[in-house]
Amino acid sequence: MTAPDSDSVVPAIAVTGLVYAFGQTRAVDGIDLTVPAGKVFGLLGPNGAGKTTAIRAMTTLLKVPPGMISVFGHDVARNRMGVRRLLGYVPQQLSADSGLTGRENVALFARVFDIARRERAERVAEALDIVGLAEVADRMAGTYSGGMVRRLELAQALVSAPRLLILDEPTIGLDPIARTSVWERIDDVRAVTGMTVLVTTHYMDEADQYCDHLALMHQGRIRATGTPESLKQGLAEAWRDAGRDGEPTLEDVFRHFADSELLGDQDGGSFRDVRRSRNTASRVG
Amino acid sequence: MSAVPVTPPPVSADAAPARPRLLYQPAEVRTGWRVLPTRIAAMCAVEIQKLRHDRTELYTRAVQPALWLLIFGETFTRLHAIPTGGLPYLDYLAPGIIAQSAMFIAIFYGIMIIWERDSGVLTKLLVTPTPRAALVAGKAFAAGVKSVIQAVVVVVLAALLGVSLTWNPLKLLGVAAAVVLASAFFSCLSICIAGIVLTRDRLMGIGQAITMPLFFGSNALYPVSLMPGWLRVVSKGNPLSYEVDALRGLLIGTASHLPLDFAVLAGAAVAGIAAASALLGRLAK
Repeated sequence: MTAPDSDSVVPAIAVTGLVYAFGQTRAVDGIDLTVPAGKVFGLLGPNGAGKTTAIRAMTTLLKVPPGMISVFGHDVARNRMGVRRLLGYVPQQLSADSGLTGRENVALFARVFDIARRERAERVAEALDIVGLAEVADRMAGTYSGGMVRRLELAQALVSAPRLLILDEPTIGLDPIARTSVWERIDDVRAVTGMTVLVTTHYMDEADQYCDHLALMHQGRIRATGTPESLKQGLAEAWRDAGRDGEPTLEDVFRHFADSELLGDQDGGSFRDVRRSRNTASRVG
Repeated sequence: MSAVPVTPPPVSADAAPARPRLLYQPAEVRTGWRVLPTRIAAMCAVEIQKLRHDRTELYTRAVQPALWLLIFGETFTRLHAIPTGGLPYLDYLAPGIIAQSAMFIAIFYGIMIIWERDSGVLTKLLVTPTPRAALVAGKAFAAGVKSVIQAVVVVVLAALLGVSLTWNPLKLLGVAAAVVLASAFFSCLSICIAGIVLTRDRLMGIGQAITMPLFFGSNALYPVSLMPGWLRVVSKGNPLSYEVDALRGLLIGTASHLPLDFAVLAGAAVAGIAAASALLGRLAK
């Protein structure tokens, strides 16, 4: 999906020199990033790369100085509420209020996004419908499976018709069918509204299949950006120069840029010798 | 806000409804002064929905006040040990027990905030266009709603035991207002403690440690004139005393200081909301 006018519109997110430290640890160590409007943008990286910190800064959860992050032209430090009105956010943790029904969970978000009463019920019903929970909407959320809770969260995020949907590891811990289903719902809405999606994921197959643009983060910095194709192409050339054959997968690209930390995670030094194969679990950590 | 890239819904064969979805249009935005009342309404609605789904807490929490009235109240009525100005002791005690049972609910409200933090629900609410003070005020008034429902149970209980209460609707409205304001203060106190100690167990411990001193250090069980000098000072600074004074004046018709009582309760609620909003950031990290 290419939009020829993508340069002429305001980017969904523009990050300039973002630094964020927890005590001595610099979780995010100077990143520049542009998420074009209307695209699905994947932020990839191993555990502890700083993805969640970056996302928490973009969603106004962490305070950053003015001038570092803007969302559709609104500075997150100066216009917090304005930015939040544009956002739909699904955090990493599966979270729904188990003491409420699915419908009530979504209605709460319709209320706190100031959706007028006359269209609230209908919007809530549509949001539940679009994620395929219409039939179980009046069941307690505590009885939902993991995949259903994630779809419920998607409905909560979509009920305000956000221009930017931010998902932190949306499919973590879900079975393959639930994973596909979450992505399909996102695609359905996006196809109609032109909503921008920023997603972090550990699943390289998902990143390859669903993301238009990728940024690879490692140790608080952006190591590579590009389309899935261009990233694979780049590594293929590097392989050819090194006299190595084969078509690199996105997982190979991931390993190429994140290898040093993965080595650090392993006790032995034998990890480098493990054959890089498609069958290796792409979920790292 | 710049133009939103909304295109009309595609007429694809598998798109379920033919009518245009509300979800594909950005929500109308209501801002300004309406933010606070809508957030309070949203949080109160959640509290009422939860109570509608599960009334267990309402019943179990009625046991303690029932025991206070039935055992302590009935016994001390016979003892005539406490000077109540000619009132049966049970009548004197009932408003104190209403205030106490409402306080017990509010003082543990912070546990819910910690639960919401741990489950990720709080994070999602913090990314909605809701200023922290509005979120805390919403929670505080939701605790008030819960307390008022509890107070109704105790009022009915007291009436059944033969306490001569007022049924003047205006006075009862005043009772509800006093209970809401006091609960708002105590729930904010609880949120403040939650923001400082950050774990459920510690909050439970501190909650247990402060409820009894607040209860005994007030005029709920005996008149302030009976107290030693130092305890009178404690009682003067204890919002529970002002709540009991107002309830006693409104329900039983004893001499009270309603303007002062309501001024102190309202002031305490506002101060509590301000302090809890400032500490909420610690829970958001």
